[in-house]
Amino acid sequence: MTITEKILAAHSGKEEVSAGGLLNAKVDLILANDITAPIAITEFKKIGAKDVFDKSRVAFIPDHFAPQKDIKAAEQCKMLRDFSKEYDLDLYFEVGRMGVEHALLPEQGLVVPGDLVIGADSHTCTYGALGAFSTGVGSTDVASAMATGECWFKVPESIKFIYYGNLNKWVSGKDLILHTIGDIGVDGALYMAMEFEGETITSLPMSGRLTMCNMAIEAGGKNGIIVPDGITEHYVKGRAKREYKFYSSDKDAKYAEIKEYDCSKILPTVSCPHLPSNTKPAAELSSVTIDQVVVGSCTNGRIEDLREAAEIIKGKKVAPDTRMIVIPATQQIYLQAVKEGLAGIFVEADAVFSTPTCGPCLGGHMGILAKGEKAIATTNRNFVGRMGHPESEVYLSNPAVAAASAVLGRIGTPEEVI
Amino acid sequence: MILKGRVWKFGNNIDTDAIIPARYLNTSDPDELAKHLMEDAGKEFPSKVSAGDMIVAEANFGCGSSREHAPIAIKAAGIQAVVAKSFARIFYRNAFNIGLPIFESEDASGKIKEGDEIEVDADKGAIRNITRNEEYTAKPIPPFMQELISAGGLIKWTKKRIEAS
Repeated sequence: MTITEKILAAHSGKEEVSAGGLLNAKVDLILANDITAPIAITEFKKIGAKDVFDKSRVAFIPDHFAPQKDIKAAEQCKMLRDFSKEYDLDLYFEVGRMGVEHALLPEQGLVVPGDLVIGADSHTCTYGALGAFSTGVGSTDVASAMATGECWFKVPESIKFIYYGNLNKWVSGKDLILHTIGDIGVDGALYMAMEFEGETITSLPMSGRLTMCNMAIEAGGKNGIIVPDGITEHYVKGRAKREYKFYSSDKDAKYAEIKEYDCSKILPTVSCPHLPSNTKPAAELSSVTIDQVVVGSCTNGRIEDLREAAEIIKGKKVAPDTRMIVIPATQQIYLQAVKEGLAGIFVEADAVFSTPTCGPCLGGHMGILAKGEKAIATTNRNFVGRMGHPESEVYLSNPAVAAASAVLGRIGTPEEVI
Repeated sequence: MILKGRVWKFGNNIDTDAIIPARYLNTSDPDELAKHLMEDAGKEFPSKVSAGDMIVAEANFGCGSSREHAPIAIKAAGIQAVVAKSFARIFYRNAFNIGLPIFESEDASGKIKEGDEIEVDADKGAIRNITRNEEYTAKPIPPFMQELISAGGLIKWTKKRIEAS
């Protein structure tokens, strides 16, 4: 069995499962945010359950339109707080304690290797980086699981992605996943598990692994997953709030397909409008002027990402006709960035340094594009209207390329500014 | 169940931001969401859609976010069913969970044109194009999904299970 199959089997009381099988599995953690939890709460109440299945395993995180951007958003966030109080939930994160959900939960050790996690947010697939099975579902799925502690799944087929070779300078997990999506397309892994492995992954830090699994959904994947190893152990040790278990794939595990990538050929990569699969090397896009740069999100808002952007922009200025918005993904990352002097580097470069929020990634608030404006962002989607006006454009990149583009006022590479 | 209506045709990879832009997600009121359905998809759809219409699209319909607001908005606008070559998986789950009829058919998706009048026999998975006098078949709905449909959606299915235990 693959690691995905083993985790699904273990959570459904089965010795063995295989692709295509349908099962009901126990979930270790359920999460929802200020956009998806309100529907989950309404639907949960219709079930008539006396209580949630386990008050320590339902996490409500207001992060999308929080800090509350308008009255309606405030009402939605308040629903999360009221419900959490009414049902005495342990895992409610008020503004000031919250962060972008998929950065916050691994950081706090609330998702651990071997877990089965569902979340009413498509980027729930992020936790596969820890060797967990995690996938995005809808609000109604969350409501049902809040009552029963279970969720139905079709066991996905797996595609194995093998990465070998040394990474080029300024190439990170973001470039590997953008390159992969560019290769297989936005439905290239539809309904499937994407298992990442190979010597390049073995030496990839946890931040890069989280970025890769985070974007499995952009290829249509059900989950992204990496077999846990020493890097995983180092990350979860001292952080994990629950016991964890390392699963691995058997040598004779079945894969629908095996893809291999020579990483020495992968350059800093940008996804052009309006699909994440529309990839080109950053170096070929120097004619694209940039109005806004965003460094942040569940994809690339971790401390390592901020360090990478700061390294490029230190002692320089954001181009006169460009604005740069840096958003640490959690309070802990924010504080760390202040302590390390990164916040100062950004502010001195004329960038803004924001409190954690999903904000501009989904065109919510904190950096919306006007008609005709172009942004380069370390986020995950560049669909029509994603960051604002339907006639605006979003380019996706790693933090170094985003920071270099901020200095240049156009898309560029780190080499051009360093 | 027989569903009959006029078709709005869409292409590949219609994402959830196109179905319902995130700027309207500060509410989950179905009627409010329905007003903005497909607003950014570059068509006259929002002003001309009427209850009873159908949506037919190419591959990977509903890709992107997990927002259940997408199928909710489609249902609240009175769209009877969505036919596509394939659906993104979270959208697929959500549609069955909330009771929006959806059908996968490569054939139908390729041949149906905007404005065609179609009839879908939900039980048989048969799609008839009245305008062009053609017939197509949809992929059979898996038994578990049929169970969800006959229970009236996931919430009623869960309620029954809890009451039975």
